[in-house]
Amino acid sequence: MVSLFSIFILTLLLITALAIVQSRNLFVAVMLSGIFSLLIATIFFLLDAADVALTEAAVGAGISTVLFLGALALTAEREQEPPTNRPVALVVVVMTALVLIYGTLGTPRLGDPNAPVQTHVSPWYLEQTPHYIDIPNVVTAVLGSYRGYDTLGEVFVVLTAGIGVLFLLGKSSPRGSRGPESSAEGAGLRHYLIPRLVGRLLIPFILLFGLYVQFHGEYSPGGGFQAGAIIAAAIILYALLEGEAHALLVLPRWLLTGMIAGGALLYGGVGVVCLLLGGNFLDYSVLTSDPVTGQQIGLLLIEAGVGITVTGVLLSVFHAFAARGEY
Amino acid sequence: MELVGLYHYWVFAGLLMIGFYAVVAKPNLVKKLVGLSLFQAAVFLLYITMGKVEGAMAPIFMAGIEEQLYSSPLPQVLILTAIVVGISTTALGLGIVIRIKEEYGTIEEHEIHQIDHP
Repeated sequence: MVSLFSIFILTLLLITALAIVQSRNLFVAVMLSGIFSLLIATIFFLLDAADVALTEAAVGAGISTVLFLGALALTAEREQEPPTNRPVALVVVVMTALVLIYGTLGTPRLGDPNAPVQTHVSPWYLEQTPHYIDIPNVVTAVLGSYRGYDTLGEVFVVLTAGIGVLFLLGKSSPRGSRGPESSAEGAGLRHYLIPRLVGRLLIPFILLFGLYVQFHGEYSPGGGFQAGAIIAAAIILYALLEGEAHALLVLPRWLLTGMIAGGALLYGGVGVVCLLLGGNFLDYSVLTSDPVTGQQIGLLLIEAGVGITVTGVLLSVFHAFAARGEY
Repeated sequence: MELVGLYHYWVFAGLLMIGFYAVVAKPNLVKKLVGLSLFQAAVFLLYITMGKVEGAMAPIFMAGIEEQLYSSPLPQVLILTAIVVGISTTALGLGIVIRIKEEYGTIEEHEIHQIDHP
């Protein structure tokens, strides 16, 4: 039954992807890519990846759609007819697809407990996590502790991308900058009663859920990356309803810039404190006298750092796009 | 089960190539970025598919359940961070596209080429 459902969703995924590429209207393509994200999140959930499904749903269907729509408002909504159909591209793509499909015939079968992925470090993580860190969610344990270096690197990539967008779009628009109060830009959806009422009801709960995902990440699916995306989505919803200027009153630009750097600094700072206390970089065991408690405190701190940076970057990017356009 | 597993991999191959086609064949820069996110999503699907264990649960321990099989947490960790990094790089790409639109007045590849090489 489950496999039948998987096949159905996977087929829908392929159809949606084809429709995205086929559609000349970019607005339609972006909306379809939101549906695509929800579908693939369902697949992730069926494949036992609850954390990944939560991230994909929050990022792919929420933030990504808003950013693409923001970019469309500044560029063009329709794609032009291409001058050539590029038959070579089609030939290359079909050939590569055939090679890939031939390659899949040699993969381990789905769900094989003896596949190489399952026999290397994964069993060690599953067996030793109760002993070393003693938290139920092994994904969070691997993310924050065993592979803490990796995650620190990822946070720096997010930080760098955020800085890059601020450099590209931070400078005022060549068409003359408008004040945030002028024109319809500051108004948002304030004159539409139903979206405004429903949105106002939803925002506190979205924020609460974001905080729950942030601080309950050791026990259930969640953590800094997901929480950052969810909290950013709540603030973006507020900005869409009340106008960008109001959202900037809640979280001003200087605070967002501080959050981008501060979160990464908190993460790196925990690593340095571990060094100073005589351990290895990002080895949280030395933080308290009990190594297991130390690991848990370290995880909580670095997850907070991740959440702060991700929220800051996503909101800064949104404001950088919004400041250029006429929402 | 064998065929269902292969279908997962075939959908991966299909999505990867649909995304790749959008990147190489579509002249519109926003469309290229959408294609790139399809390409990324296909890779995510491949990793998560490989981590699945038959009859297992998500790798989150629950009180009172002993001797339970769990799917591999490692691919999930890699993909979880990759999704957030992916949206950050996509945002950077969109930022570049917006600047190109402001400088060239178009986001179609062939028109940009014509302006650069009249």
